[in-house]
Amino acid sequence: MLIRLFSMIFLFLCFAASSFAQGPDPKPLLNQLADANFSQAETLVGQIATIGDPRVVPALEAFAEGDLYFRKSDKAVFLAKAAGSQLELIDPVTGESAGQVAKGAVTKIRVNNNLRRAIRAALGGLTLMSPDRGVRLSAADSILRSPSAEALELVEAALAKETDAEVKARMEEARAVSLLSSDRSVDEKRAAIETISSLGGREAMRIFSTVSSSIDESLKPEVDKAIAKIQGQLQIWDLAQNVWYGMSLGSVLLLAAIGLAITFGVMGIINMAHGEMVMLGAYSTFMVQDVIRDNAPYLFDWSLAIALPVAFLVTGLVGFVIERGVIRFLYGRPLETLLATWGVSLILQQAIRTIFGPTNQEVGNPSWMSGSFPLGGMTITYNRMWIIVFSLTIFFTLLFVMKKTAYGLNMRAVTQNRRMASSMGIRTPWVDALTFALGSGIAGIAGVALSQIDNVSPNLGQSYIIDSFMVVVFGGVGNLWGTLVGALSLGILNKFLEPSVGAVLGKILVLVLIILFIQKRPRGLFALKGRAVEA
Amino acid sequence: MISGFILRALEGKIVIAAGILLAVAMLVPALNLLTPPDSAFHIPTYVMALMGKYLCYALLALALDLVWGYCGILSLGHGAFFALGGYAMGMYLMRQIGSRGTYGNPDLPDFMVFLNWKELPWFWYGFDMFPFAMLMVLVVPGLLAFFFGWFAFRSRVNGVYLSIITQAMTYALMLAFFRNDMGFGGNNGLTDFKDILGFQVQAGGTRAVLFAMSAIMLALCLIVASAITRSKFGKVLVGVRDAESRVRFLGFRVENIKLFTFVVSAMFAGIAGALFVPQVGIINPGEFAPANSIEVVVWTAVGGRGTLIGPIIGAILVNAGKSYFTGAFPEFWLFALGGLFIAVTLFLPKGIVGTIQHGWNARKALKAAAEAEKGRDAGTPPVTQQVQAAE
Repeated sequence: MLIRLFSMIFLFLCFAASSFAQGPDPKPLLNQLADANFSQAETLVGQIATIGDPRVVPALEAFAEGDLYFRKSDKAVFLAKAAGSQLELIDPVTGESAGQVAKGAVTKIRVNNNLRRAIRAALGGLTLMSPDRGVRLSAADSILRSPSAEALELVEAALAKETDAEVKARMEEARAVSLLSSDRSVDEKRAAIETISSLGGREAMRIFSTVSSSIDESLKPEVDKAIAKIQGQLQIWDLAQNVWYGMSLGSVLLLAAIGLAITFGVMGIINMAHGEMVMLGAYSTFMVQDVIRDNAPYLFDWSLAIALPVAFLVTGLVGFVIERGVIRFLYGRPLETLLATWGVSLILQQAIRTIFGPTNQEVGNPSWMSGSFPLGGMTITYNRMWIIVFSLTIFFTLLFVMKKTAYGLNMRAVTQNRRMASSMGIRTPWVDALTFALGSGIAGIAGVALSQIDNVSPNLGQSYIIDSFMVVVFGGVGNLWGTLVGALSLGILNKFLEPSVGAVLGKILVLVLIILFIQKRPRGLFALKGRAVEA
Repeated sequence: MISGFILRALEGKIVIAAGILLAVAMLVPALNLLTPPDSAFHIPTYVMALMGKYLCYALLALALDLVWGYCGILSLGHGAFFALGGYAMGMYLMRQIGSRGTYGNPDLPDFMVFLNWKELPWFWYGFDMFPFAMLMVLVVPGLLAFFFGWFAFRSRVNGVYLSIITQAMTYALMLAFFRNDMGFGGNNGLTDFKDILGFQVQAGGTRAVLFAMSAIMLALCLIVASAITRSKFGKVLVGVRDAESRVRFLGFRVENIKLFTFVVSAMFAGIAGALFVPQVGIINPGEFAPANSIEVVVWTAVGGRGTLIGPIIGAILVNAGKSYFTGAFPEFWLFALGGLFIAVTLFLPKGIVGTIQHGWNARKALKAAAEAEKGRDAGTPPVTQQVQAAE
């Protein structure tokens, strides 16, 4: 049976070399399916494939799915699609509609698993020869995924004709994979193992583990060696993936904490309203997108870029008002800033809840934020990647502002020695207000980014506030670099704990570790030195 | 010596406050149980339950005031001690359900049967005995406070850092108690209580006794707190609050002083939690939420930290306000609470009681000054000394 199929395919290859798509009409062969039994049908499928007419691909696919019917009156074979209570018949070769009939007028052509396998092989052959490059590539891929000895000859034949380098390489792999389960010589198989192990990845791993039981004894060690090698690679990729997830979490923490590193770290205000600034930033994004959707939908991909300055200004302004209205009366009483800002945060939350309602608001992802791409053995999603890039950009911009601009200099002077700065002519109240506004504005920008990965609800800020404080305290108050290192290391630590102990327990462990760490280094990872610390 | 310690606690205001609490402990249950429902003096059961809840909160605020107002440790994790005490009580009440649960298992609480647990975890042993459970109400929060404080105070973690790690502590505990495999009922916590010491939890008489117990415990803790703060130890405590380094240089072991106060305070909070649970009928991990602990800070701040009566008044006022607002204008409660936070920190940094006390003292000082003016010829001491004495 199988041999017959092979000989048929071989025959087909002979012709195919000269010309395909011009063979005899496949229609009569298809029509013979109407009253063939399973083994006859298998032969017929082989013959149909031999003709090499790519037009029969839909019919064969439909056959495998069990959607091929014959008309009782004239035994003509059709594809059928449900159309109301009736069936719409479609010509198997041309794909044209052949009118509607009652369900009773046609009979389904039965299919079993053997037959499906034959159909798949036939389809593989047909598509491997397709003039369309993409189709050939995906055919090679499908063989790679489900290799079988039957496919081997097809692949080899196609390989001989292939000219495109990429498709050829893929077919080589497909050939190697199919070869392992065929009855070719040991030497050829050895070469195939080479090819597959250079392919690497989970695919190769799976192929080896399926063939390793059936392969010749003499090849066992080589397969084992190849498996060990791939396993090693996979472990490295797993590690890389974990680090990536950790960095991604760390960048979220960094985003959430970076504004706090200014208001709490530099100014010493226990700013419990920080989370609400993040939330206001996210709502600004929502508002911007809302306006864009109504007025200029073509700008949607730019919505985040537009939301950034808007969020910065809105939250910066709110921060300015909070500083002038409340916080400036509380300098030197850090624990009381905690209470007052907590009050502010409650008011802001309730205000948002009253205006927008307590439910989540829909914030869309622009097209460049969605999707993913593979990098070696791992998958990288665009939104995570952009958030990492974005958080680092904010961080370095802020660092630049703090270290290299006149304003940053004033700010550092005021926090280090307020009276001295004041007597040098710096308007300290103004600097305080601007610094708080800057910290709040940055929290707002973070909100724009976080709106892409989190639910935008009035409670958004609450979920970040404790993490943010942990990051700033862990990294060392008053030190931006500490915040960066703290955020990334906490993120990575979290992701490495997660697989072994679970997400919640991992988080608890991280919290406990931070508490213990604070005992050891009460001023955080990068403590400021000198007298300012004691103040 | 002990009697001297207690006697010193019984300063005028504390005696009055404790007396009022004891009177409330007698009067409210009596009015609830003995007067007919249509009488003008009748106190409905729900009001009594609400007042009982406020008294538990007042005890929690008193506990926080002991560490914050007198020792300068702003704990943002006192809700954790409260909840742990509550869980200890809840576990006793769970064991009392016995085979009356939905699944009728005599040993395992319903949620364990539901999770397919075969036997009682070791940490549930002994909770069927009331004295043991009551011991745990004190021991569990006390131990946690001891270890936490032992580490934190020895490494001289203070101020903001301490506040933040106490917050991390209660947050971590909240996450832990939300887990089903912790064995504390996960999300749903412990509820559906039936009996306490053989009396039905829901029965009117039991509720009246629980209310009276809350008032009595509050009075008792008030006296203990007063004894602590008015002793020599209490003076050192205030010294630690105001000038920690100086007290250290004088040769006091600051970390031990702080640790003792922290542990006592945690135990008070545990007692409050234990009284709270049977009155509201549920304890769940939500009680660990950091926001709850911060709210306690506000009660204390509103009433006046550094005074013992203040936090009690603050807790009762704020919670009564909360009950009223959430009923009448649910939208505005958070506005009101937020505004209260800001207003108190900006305009009433000493709190209600602190401000009144301050005004009172100032008036007394003025009077004394006036009298001294009059009696100068009679050879009274100079004014300044008298003013100091009055303060």
